[in-house]
Amino acid sequence: MKNHPAEVDEDSGSAIQNGPAGAAILSAGVGCVSLGICAWLGDAFPAIARIFDFYAPTGPLSGVTTTAIIIWLVSWGILAKAWRGKSLPLGMINMIAYLLLGAGALLTFPPFGDLLQGK
Amino acid sequence: MQMSYRELITALHGMGFGAFFLLTFSGVLILLHRIRTSNAPSAISRGELRLMRAYLIAMCVLGWGAVLSGAYFVYPWYRAHPPPGITDYGEYPQRRLLSNPMTADWHRFGMEWKEYVAWFAPIAMTMVAYVAIKYGTDLAKHRKVRNAAFTFAAAAFIAAGVAGALGALINKNAPVQGGATMTLMGNLK
Repeated sequence: MKNHPAEVDEDSGSAIQNGPAGAAILSAGVGCVSLGICAWLGDAFPAIARIFDFYAPTGPLSGVTTTAIIIWLVSWGILAKAWRGKSLPLGMINMIAYLLLGAGALLTFPPFGDLLQGK
Repeated sequence: MQMSYRELITALHGMGFGAFFLLTFSGVLILLHRIRTSNAPSAISRGELRLMRAYLIAMCVLGWGAVLSGAYFVYPWYRAHPPPGITDYGEYPQRRLLSNPMTADWHRFGMEWKEYVAWFAPIAMTMVAYVAIKYGTDLAKHRKVRNAAFTFAAAAFIAAGVAGALGALINKNAPVQGGATMTLMGNLK
């Protein structure tokens, strides 16, 4: 990331602190892709689906979503601490977050998930 | 005019939390677009930002309310397994859909997509609300933060729209029913 320019205030020309925003944006992408990966794993492997069965009436959905939310919040906390007061190349962070969001969305789309499973 | 307990909770999930969540997008997308396209922070008043903050917090409450009520109240009724010997699947919507090849894909495609894609919406909107509240009037200076907020808000809208539409169509094919019956209005004649 050091090769990418930090975001600059157009008025003052100085680097602006966007660390908290970068942490929130990237972790949202991480949360979305985690949801997609957990959903796909639960669908593809019955043994993993059973592990995700945190609350029996809801079934694996309870574990998939709880796990994804924990990953999202923990990654947010770690990134927010690491990037506090920093000026980051937000263009690249946004692009990674969009890719993670897109990958997560694809993994939850049943025809794509079935394709990956060879169904 | 009667309604069962399950129908009432399903209506609160879909038409209460879900529909209101979708309705709020029109306002927030316009406001985010206005901030995104404005060059000076002063173009957005503090009053508008306060409104936006309250609006975004309300959106998060509605979004999380929709997915949590869906997952922990409505979905268990939807996926409940009928006891052996039961052939009337009226109170078992998933079984009812799967019992007919013409309706099975409402579950295999519709519900299996809806149950997960819906969660993107509150995750994305929580991020949008956080950056809007964190940066306040300075959001006008942070073009890339605004771009990300706008993109994630649009993604949340699409995810909520897909989940809402599929939920309505699935419930039309195999409604969640059962529980105590409540009389909402007596016979008016």
